[in-house]
Order: sequence, then C-alpha cells, then structure tokens
Amino acid sequence: MVSGLTVGSTYGLTGLGFTIIFNTTGIINFAQGEFVMLGGMLSVYYLTALKLPLLVAIVLAALTTTLVGALIERFTIRPVKNASPIQLIIITIGISIVIRGVAMLLWGKDTFALPPFSGNAPIAAFGASIMPQSLWILGITLLLLLGLRTFFAKSIYGKAMLACSYDRKAAYLVGVGVEWMVLASFMISALVGAIGGAILAPITLTSYDNGILLGLKGFAACILGGLGNPFGAAAGGLIIGALESYGAGLISSAYKDAFAFIILLFLLFVKPSGLFGRASAKRV
Amino acid sequence: MAGRPQKGSDVAGNRKNLAQVLAFATALFLAPFFLPNEYYLTVLIIACINAIIVAGLNLLLGYAGQISLGHAAFFGLSSYATALATAKFGLPMELGLIIAVGLTSLVAFLIGIPTLKLSGHYLAMATLGFGVIVYIFFNETVELTGGPSGYVGVPRLKLFGLVFSSDRAYYFLVAGVLALIMLVSLNLINSRFGRALRAIHTSEKAAQVSGVDIGKYKLLIFVLSAAYAAVAGFLYAHYLTFIAPTSFSFSFSVALITMVVLGGMANMWGAVAGAFFLTALPQVLQVFETYEVLIFGGILIVCMMFLPDGIVGGATRLLRFLASSLKRKQGGADAR
Repeated sequence: MVSGLTVGSTYGLTGLGFTIIFNTTGIINFAQGEFVMLGGMLSVYYLTALKLPLLVAIVLAALTTTLVGALIERFTIRPVKNASPIQLIIITIGISIVIRGVAMLLWGKDTFALPPFSGNAPIAAFGASIMPQSLWILGITLLLLLGLRTFFAKSIYGKAMLACSYDRKAAYLVGVGVEWMVLASFMISALVGAIGGAILAPITLTSYDNGILLGLKGFAACILGGLGNPFGAAAGGLIIGALESYGAGLISSAYKDAFAFIILLFLLFVKPSGLFGRASAKRV
Repeated sequence: MAGRPQKGSDVAGNRKNLAQVLAFATALFLAPFFLPNEYYLTVLIIACINAIIVAGLNLLLGYAGQISLGHAAFFGLSSYATALATAKFGLPMELGLIIAVGLTSLVAFLIGIPTLKLSGHYLAMATLGFGVIVYIFFNETVELTGGPSGYVGVPRLKLFGLVFSSDRAYYFLVAGVLALIMLVSLNLINSRFGRALRAIHTSEKAAQVSGVDIGKYKLLIFVLSAAYAAVAGFLYAHYLTFIAPTSFSFSFSVALITMVVLGGMANMWGAVAGAFFLTALPQVLQVFETYEVLIFGGILIVCMMFLPDGIVGGATRLLRFLASSLKRKQGGADAR
C-alpha cells in the first residue's frame, strides 16, 4: 500500500505538471514524462560525474530542467501563433523525441540509480516496515502540493495563471501578461516534474526512456482526477499508484499496469469527466 | 437546392476522385522501376501499409474530429488474429482475412460504444488505455502470442491460389489495396455519410439538431477506421512473417496520429503523404547514425511549427503563392 502511494505520488506530480500547462495553454504536453526523466538522470549525473553533494545535485537538476522547460516554451511554443491544440501537441511529441535522443547520446541506454536520501534501513511503524525513501517522497510531494496551493491562491502570479485558465482573452484584457504566464507554467511544470523524477530515482531506477511510461501514468492521473484540476491530478496519481500495487498483489505484477488502466476505463465510462472534474468541463 | 444538385455534384466529385486515384495508382505501380535496389521496396511496402491505417485514422480524426490513441492495438489484433488462424490452426488465408477484419471490427464496435461517448482529452485517454491494455496482453499471454519475443512462422501470403512470394508482387498487391482504400474513402467523404462526419466535427449539437444520428455515425466511422487498420495488419503479418508486440505499442499509435497531422488533417492525400514521409524519413536519416533520432524529432518540430496544415497543405499554399506571384508579374508587365 505504501509502495503504491509512493509511486503514485510521482504519477500525481507528473499529472500536476500536465495540469499546469493544460490550464494556461489548453494543450497536453507530451514531453512531461521527459521532464521527470531529466530530473532523475540529471541528479545522477551531477552526483556521480561532477561529484556534487546529493542535495546540490538534485537542486541543480531541478533548475536545469526548469531551464529546459523555459527554452522549450520560448523556441517552440511561443513562435507558433494561432496554432491548433493538436499541432502544439505534435510539437511536444517532437520535443519528447529530441529530449530522449539527447539523453540517450549523453548517458547511453543503461539504467541508473540514485542513493536513497537517508539510508536503506526500513522503519517499523504500525506493524509494517516502511522504506525511509517512501517517507521522503510522500513528504516532499505534500510540501510541493501545499506550496503550489499557496502560490495559486495567494500570490499575484498564481492568481494571474488561474485567470489564464478561466479565460485567456479576459486575462489579456485585465492586463495579465499571458505569454509570461505560459512561460511560467512550462517552468513550474518542468520543476515539479524534475523534483518528482529525482525523489523517485532511488526507488525505481532511471533511464533515458522511462519518461514515456511515467508520462502515460501522469496523463492517466490527471484524467482520472478531472482534467484542469491540479489537486484532482495529485489525488488521481495516488489512486492509480494504489490500484497498481493492489492489482499486483491480486492478479500478478505482469498485469498491474493493465489492471490500473481497466479500472480507469470503467471510471471514465461511468463518470466521463473524471472523479473531481466539473461536468461542464467539456471542451468544445 | 438541397436534393438534386447535391446529387449531381456527388457524381462529378466521384469522377474526379476516380481520376485522382488512377493517377496515384499509376505512380505507385511505376515507382519500383525507378528504385535503385530492392531494399527500398520493403520501405515502400511498409509505407503503403501505414498509409492504409492512416487513411482510416484521418477519416476518424481529420473528418469526424474523434481522436484515437489506440489504433496500433487494432493493427496488432488483426495481425495476431490472422497469424494464429493461419499458422496455429492452419486455416486458409481468405478465412484468416475474414477472421482478422471481423474480430477487429467487433472489438472496435464493443469498445466504441462506451468510449465514443467521451470527448476531447478523455476520449484520447480512453483509447490510449485500451491500446495499453491490449499491448500488455500481447506481451503477457506468452503461450498464445509468443510474448515479448514475438510470433514466428506466419506463412507468406497466398490468396485465391496466388502466392505473393517476391517483394515486387507483394508491393503491387499492397499498392492496389491502398489505391482501392483511397477510392472508397474519397467517395465516402463526398457522400451523405461524409457530410454527416464533417457536421459532427464542426459542432455535435448542430449536427444532432439537423437530424444526424451522431452516436451511430461516430461508431460507424470508428469501426470502419479499425477495419482499415485490420486490413493493414493482415497485410503486415503475412509480409514480415514475424510479428512482435513492440510494433503495436503506444509509440506506434502516436506515430500514426503524427502521420495524420503532419500530412494534413481532413485531407486524404495528406494522410498518404504523411505516412510515406514518416516511414521513409528514418531510412534517409540512417546516414546520421546516432543522431538519427535527434534529427527526426527536430524535423517533426520544425514541420509542425511552419506547416500548420501539414505537408500537402503547405505544398498547395506554396504552389498557389507561386502562381499568384507569377500572375502579378505578368499583370505588372501588361500594365507597363
């Protein structure tokens, strides 16, 4: 159960990244999983190749990924005026191919692991043993969620970004720099993705192509939670993670992904706008 | 206004379609004679097979506006169905074709009923989920499908006593099927059915109010596009004689969508152009070796940034621009 929630937090963070970009631009960023991959891979790189301390390596990895997110927005999304969503989505698919290609050239096809943040000795609590890394993941995810919540609810930038998601034109009219908000949304979602990747790397190894599956699960998480609702996405991620570990125990670990997706399909058929989505959230 | 003239234009349109398809078929049939070696024939065959799937997906996505991120699953279902029917149970190929297309269409029908009630990104997610589930089953049902290492020993195509053993013969067959599919699709678009699809794309509510049974039409086009993918899957399995789950993964579904959009949505010739372009591109880029993937991704980004209506749309605009600037030049000369 705890391991499910642990992995689920990363799905949730990935889903959160999807949601932030979706809210300001209306597109699904197919390179979101690559942000997560970059977070993990760059942490490993800074730690082992540059011999930096773990914390510095992770912070640096998150900042590098944020920069990548900013560059992507500036050079591939912003120049395309009046583009249809599907066109932008294909562009992000191209970006994900390029990022994967660069990662493969730089680090090869091997898998890497990050050392756990505070040892490997399991902690016994409530009759179960918990890996310390799980606590790190759950704690950092919770902190990120709280931070984002305050950012969106309290700060002027957060409110401006929310305004963009309600109505871009209206946001323009009241003086919100929508282009800056789109840039900011790419940076924030790259940051969130990278942190997710870095904290997960000690548990599930990382390699140049693990962004694909994480992206898929993240997308599933934000659909399950109702697209456009950041905290729905986080909850969706936790649910999918829990379902997976439940399915692995119930049927077999080979079918755990299938199990999560089957449940997801049934949920969609019963409640077409996600668990926490507004029924009117249909995009016409 | 509505009745007869419409019918007249349908017939004229169909004649134009026939002419276009004949020209296309001629080009396809002549192509092998200009190829430097037989290897390129393999690329052409795969390109034609991809084009068949993309044609169906374009009807669904480009015309009816319904996305499917699970078309690789239909392609795969058909491949495995015919492989099992002919190799494991020794049935004749004709029966293999019927089983493959029938089974795939049935699955599409059953999946389509609940799925097509969703829209937008939710529809994308549901079809994606379906694709992932099918992919996992291809991998895990090892006794049936051979699992991740694939299914070996699918017999080479033999239909109605004809054996398509040479690549050249196979190419002519695949090209013929593609031309036929194009003719059917073009005529379909130019019919009551096609107009209903475009109405659904523009506005589901408006279409419904005008008396279009949107549920029925969406389901029909979904099943039809799955059947196209099934025909392609049949041709694919009996050409390569070896199939593995990786050919039917999520990435292939994404590649198919990319072909539709890159070629030009709601443009049947765009679908073919996109399929040929994206199938041939990796072959051309092989000279760059390790940088192949990078350049492939880069070309995809640049194409999409500067050609919003796809390759065919971009080419048409270029031609129109050249023609108009030529005319302007002539006009200027006359004025002088």
